Amino acid sequence: MQTEIKEPITQQRFINQFEKNQTFLSANDTPTLAEIREKAFTSFVKLGFPDTSMEAWRLTDLQESFARGYDYLLHPIKELDAQKVFRCNIPHLDTAIIGQLNGWYVSKDVPMMELGNGIIMGSLAEARKKYPKLIEKYYGTMADDAGDGFTALNTAFAQDGVFIYVPDNVKSPKPVQLINVIHHDKNLFLQSRNLIVVGANAKLSLVHCDDSYNHQASFSNIVTEIHVGEHGVMDHYKLQNLNNNSTLISSVFFRLEASAGLESHYISLNGGLLRNNIRVLFNGPNGNANIYGIYLMDRKQHVDNQVFVDHAHPGCTSNETFKGILDEQAHAIFSGHVLVRRNSVKTDARQTNKNILLTDTARVNSQPFLEIYNDDVKCSHGSTTGQLDPESMFYLRQRGIGEESARMLLMFAFADEIVNKIGIPQLRQRIEDMVKKRLQGELQICEQCVLHCSTPEHPMEFNIDISKI
Amino acid sequence: MLLQIKNLHAGINGKEILRGVNLEVNEGEVHAIMGPNGTGKSTLASVIAGREVFDVTAGEILYHGKNLQKLSIEDRAREGIFLGFQYPVEIPGVSITNFMRTAVNEVRKFKGLDPLPGGDFLRLMEEKKKLVEITSNLTNRSVNEGFSGGEKKKNEIFQMAMLEPTLAILDETDSGLDIDALRIVANGVNKLRRPDNAFVVITHYQRLLDYIIPDFVHVLFQGKIVKSGGKELALELEEKGYDWIKQEQA
Ligand SMILES: Nc1ncnc2c1ncn2[C@@H]1O[C@H](COP(=O)(O)OP(=O)(O)O)[C@@H](O)[C@H]1O
Ligand SMILES: [Mg+2]
Repeated sequence: MQTEIKEPITQQRFINQFEKNQTFLSANDTPTLAEIREKAFTSFVKLGFPDTSMEAWRLTDLQESFARGYDYLLHPIKELDAQKVFRCNIPHLDTAIIGQLNGWYVSKDVPMMELGNGIIMGSLAEARKKYPKLIEKYYGTMADDAGDGFTALNTAFAQDGVFIYVPDNVKSPKPVQLINVIHHDKNLFLQSRNLIVVGANAKLSLVHCDDSYNHQASFSNIVTEIHVGEHGVMDHYKLQNLNNNSTLISSVFFRLEASAGLESHYISLNGGLLRNNIRVLFNGPNGNANIYGIYLMDRKQHVDNQVFVDHAHPGCTSNETFKGILDEQAHAIFSGHVLVRRNSVKTDARQTNKNILLTDTARVNSQPFLEIYNDDVKCSHGSTTGQLDPESMFYLRQRGIGEESARMLLMFAFADEIVNKIGIPQLRQRIEDMVKKRLQGELQICEQCVLHCSTPEHPMEFNIDISKI
Repeated sequence: MLLQIKNLHAGINGKEILRGVNLEVNEGEVHAIMGPNGTGKSTLASVIAGREVFDVTAGEILYHGKNLQKLSIEDRAREGIFLGFQYPVEIPGVSITNFMRTAVNEVRKFKGLDPLPGGDFLRLMEEKKKLVEITSNLTNRSVNEGFSGGEKKKNEIFQMAMLEPTLAILDETDSGLDIDALRIVANGVNKLRRPDNAFVVITHYQRLLDYIIPDFVHVLFQGKIVKSGGKELALELEEKGYDWIKQEQA
């Protein structure tokens, strides 16, 4: 079996690899899961990879990323797992920690944790074996093809990732921190698949971090499905601090049942090319979703946030607020698409995108878009792009604040509208510090990585202290 | 002499606004500058503060005998020049406390002093808040955001009190104030008067000058100081309006 290839990303490569490894890939699949895999493969064959001729990818060109050439490993690297483990912490933040290395759940000897209160968390590969009925009920029911082949490709090859299950009426007492670290000595293509189920009237806070360990190029295609049951609450944080050679396609599919609540925070601090597909389906009435985003990009970094909110039921409220600061030749894209279906009366949908361009060469494309099929709705959208306000600069400097400090204050204030929405105080403090460092150009991957993960100088250590969960 | 402006010409985008202003201000003095709308009062204040959008095309501004030409906005501020804005800017997301702490400490750094310890800073804030009768916790709010006209002007005087400038230019700090707010603002200014500092009070109305008694009154008209006198000049303007000045100049 071929486990290591370093070649460009092409559709044909994956078709060949799938055909060669299908038996291996679906070895642990139930018939239902095998069928999902099979269908996804067919979709991938049909869809292939997106290119700039597609509307949704018009402004994000993957050619350069594709061409770099990557290994794609169908097994975790065993030696690495044994030695390279990591400890991550936010000072004073008491969390349950789940680690992923190159898309593989870092199991040590605990592939699955069943907590007293009924919460299950651990490896998706393990969950497929251990809880097939539960997995079948949710897996693949939220992710659709989203118009391009990435999700289909992920589903066709899905092996591992994280599974979290919070039963009905259980409120997870601590946030769960899910840390994806990429570490390989060659360019690496990786996929992981996460499934999060928050039951009816249940609650979960999930801090999901994407970090690089070194400066090696990587291409990640990550799919996460998140189900929130009736009156359930999901507090979701996505922190991205990847190196400049990394490409990340992150697709998160939220399904909110009646009266469910979602707070999602996308905090993009660094990355070569970041594409966030954020899809929210209101699958019952009276749901509420707040989706916040902040991106701070410089050099030739590229960030593309594609938000789609499907108001399929009446009485739901959605609010998207995305803000960005772009320096040098950075390029940001915001596309917000709100669909209000015919029967979805009493919909309240708002979209805002604000950008500050620090140079003439930084670029923004902002496309808020409302598609509304009934009259009984409140919708608004707005987008602004500008420089730091010269009146404010003059005001601050007139009080003796130096030009550089004044710029920092204004940029931080701009970002803080999003950062101060973070509901976990210790995390907010940490992110505030990181945003400050980022704005001062001091934040580097590894050295200052999101959660003080390992650095090459400080070997990783991975501890799950189950007693603390 | 604290401030000496000689034949100052300044404008924006090739349009001349100030056309030869001469003004001398000594320590311990209060000067009032009056004049109709659009004659260049705010421009003069901005140019003294070093705002870069305006071009100085001729003349010079000396402060403590030193030419200000090459000094940045922040360095002028650190040297003790304060501008109370006619339209204070709203800065969402920057708390007044954070703003003032940064300002006070940058000024201290410039003077070679260590940053003010947190406790001392907060005590200073409380003390200066009292001076302008700020009772609410205004200071936890974003700078000027959602403030009423009166609150904004009080906040300017509060900042002035925090920074203790040597030369304070107050640009229409009285406009839009009710009589109570006006009294508070004027009291604040009077309490800050010292033999070694000076105030230039730009105003439209004589009213403010009942509370802040000026040593000199100047009339700025079409970019020039066309008349100077004592405080009785303000009363004369109040009575006759600006038309007689305009006629004199015509
Ligand atoms: N930023 C600017 N751009 C263009 N013109 C300006 C600007 N600021 C002031 N002016 C012009 O300069 C003149 C004087 O304005 P200003 O100094 O604000 O007067 P005052 O404060 O006496 O009312 C006015 O004609 C005004 O339109
Ligand atoms: Mg004015």
